[in-house]
Amino acid sequence: MDNQKPSKDLFVPVNREENEGEKISRPSLSFWQDSFIRLRKNMGAMIGLGILIVIAIMAIFGPYMNEYGEFDQDLSRAKMPPKVEALSWLGMDGTLSSVQTADTVEEAKQKALMRFNNQEDFIQTTVLSQGGNGEQAEVEAVYDVYAAKDMQDQPFWFGTDGLGRDLWTRTWMGTRISLYIALLAATIDMIIGVAYGGISAYYGGRVDNIMQRIIEILVGIPNLVIVILMILILEPGIISITIALTITGWIGMARIIRGQVLKLKNQEFVLASKTLGAQDNRVLRKHLVPNVLGLIIINTMFTIPNAIFFEAFLSFIGLGLPTPIASLGTLIEDGFNSLQIYPHILLFPAIVISLIMIAFNVLADGLRDAFDPKMRE
Amino acid sequence: MTRYILQRIGYMIITMFLIATFTFFLMKLLPGTPLSAADKLSEEQQAVVLEKYGLNDPVPVQYFNYMVNLTQGDLGISFQFDNREVTTIIMERIGPSMTLGVQAMVIGTILGMLLGLVSAIYHNGILDYGSTFIAVVGKSIPSFVFAGILQYFIGVKLGWFPVALWGTWAHTVLPTIALAIFPIAIAARFMRTEMLEVMGSDYITTARAKGVNKFGVVFKHGLRNALIPLITVLGPLAIGLMTGTLVIENIFAVPGIGEQFVKAINTNDFPIIMGTTLLIAFLFIFIILVIDLMYGVIDPRIRLAEGE
Repeated sequence: MDNQKPSKDLFVPVNREENEGEKISRPSLSFWQDSFIRLRKNMGAMIGLGILIVIAIMAIFGPYMNEYGEFDQDLSRAKMPPKVEALSWLGMDGTLSSVQTADTVEEAKQKALMRFNNQEDFIQTTVLSQGGNGEQAEVEAVYDVYAAKDMQDQPFWFGTDGLGRDLWTRTWMGTRISLYIALLAATIDMIIGVAYGGISAYYGGRVDNIMQRIIEILVGIPNLVIVILMILILEPGIISITIALTITGWIGMARIIRGQVLKLKNQEFVLASKTLGAQDNRVLRKHLVPNVLGLIIINTMFTIPNAIFFEAFLSFIGLGLPTPIASLGTLIEDGFNSLQIYPHILLFPAIVISLIMIAFNVLADGLRDAFDPKMRE
Repeated sequence: MTRYILQRIGYMIITMFLIATFTFFLMKLLPGTPLSAADKLSEEQQAVVLEKYGLNDPVPVQYFNYMVNLTQGDLGISFQFDNREVTTIIMERIGPSMTLGVQAMVIGTILGMLLGLVSAIYHNGILDYGSTFIAVVGKSIPSFVFAGILQYFIGVKLGWFPVALWGTWAHTVLPTIALAIFPIAIAARFMRTEMLEVMGSDYITTARAKGVNKFGVVFKHGLRNALIPLITVLGPLAIGLMTGTLVIENIFAVPGIGEQFVKAINTNDFPIIMGTTLLIAFLFIFIILVIDLMYGVIDPRIRLAEGE
């Protein structure tokens, strides 16, 4: 074995600078920068954010994009189908169609014409099946409503409802109201929840004990029941719906914040701050709140779609906003009344509410992953 | 354990009492009268009707009577349907609601579990993304929007199932699907997370190392352990379904509790509103209790923690 000692000449000393080991090779990222980078990599969350931005812009400017007002009624143009020239291939060509069956082709045609008030000049019929051999004849009639009413130059992009109100304007006004209720409710929930949970956990002891007993009683009462009862008393309206939603809505937030603050308040950095003479106020504002901010944001993001759902839900059980105010809930409820013949009345508000709900949920999931990598699956 | 159960039942009774009291006094604050045409009736006629329902007594007396009757299962007489007891009306209508709720719950959790299982087994594969997508959409889109889609496309366009009303089993299909979407989504998400966690644990590696085949690992070792925490989501799911039935029954014109409740709200039928509210509250609290107890029975670790 050739186990010679290597000669010292082979080694060249590395040029060591002072504090080389302490040098940070990459720029240091704050918690928020880091989270934002993670969020940006999450495609779903970014799409959700994009959808929300578009919907928010439409909710602000949409109603002013055509000349129709939110409450302009005109029965002569009731239940017009949607018409957008550029999207006629999507079926938004301002026509209604109906398939009628009868024993003979002629009878089916008659039925189809009757269906659209015998406006023969504007109805195109196509025979789908001749019938015979025990089968029924089928005729499809396509009725050009805009031509029949001589309104070809003033299209309704989303159609009109049963009272001839423009659904484009109403859908975006409704989105505005729904988002307004949801954001307001979520903000109030957040303020009460954070204050309650924070105080309960930070002061601890008897304060915490009493505050927790109160929460335990409130949690036992189903929020569905509370919301319904509150609306019954307060008479439906934007503010009363918001109040009903917030009466028990803050409890979830309070519990989460309490748990987190309890964990944080015994940690060394809080002790250090206190030892250096920081007041309670300063500890809460500078050390505890920033550390629970991520949780607050995530939880609020989950509260918003929940509030939107409840607003729509209340419309369904007859406790929604009074007519003629449009909200996504009242529009959808209205759409159900003529779903079988005029599905477009339900279609657009339903799409908007679904998009909002999906976008908020996906974005909230993304935020949770971004703020707390440990919680990632 | 017995002490724990008794304690929980005690809490339950206190909560129910508070809810009953709360509901009663809120009802007294409500605007509007139960008389359907109050302005057409003379003072005397109104007094006779109010007397009949015991509404002329002072509020504390009414409250006392109500509470005494409540302990005997008597919820009073409906204002809307002459001389019919609220208990009878609710009993008649609980059948359809239960059918829908139970069907949706069973179908929803089983389908959701399968979806979550597939997701976890083919982690990060196309099936995983597919079922995650279904779960996100199912959790987000409100059940009434689904109900509309089903009603229009399956009921009206395809004509496979009745659009609304109640009668044969076929009538239950569309409302059940509309209700089941939510449990499917929640169960799938939860199952996926739990299953991934379980499949990453040491005893799964041990089982694999022993040479247990993939089927055995997933179903015998993985699934059984992932199932336990699933019980915790059953409570929120059941409550979600109760909220859902209120709307779905109205959309599909199902003669259930939810439909009756909405009618009662529109006609100021206070005894029915109160009765239904108490029923919903009771079911809510009862389900939470059963699930908490079940959890303790199934998972010995929790029982031990309670005992300490």
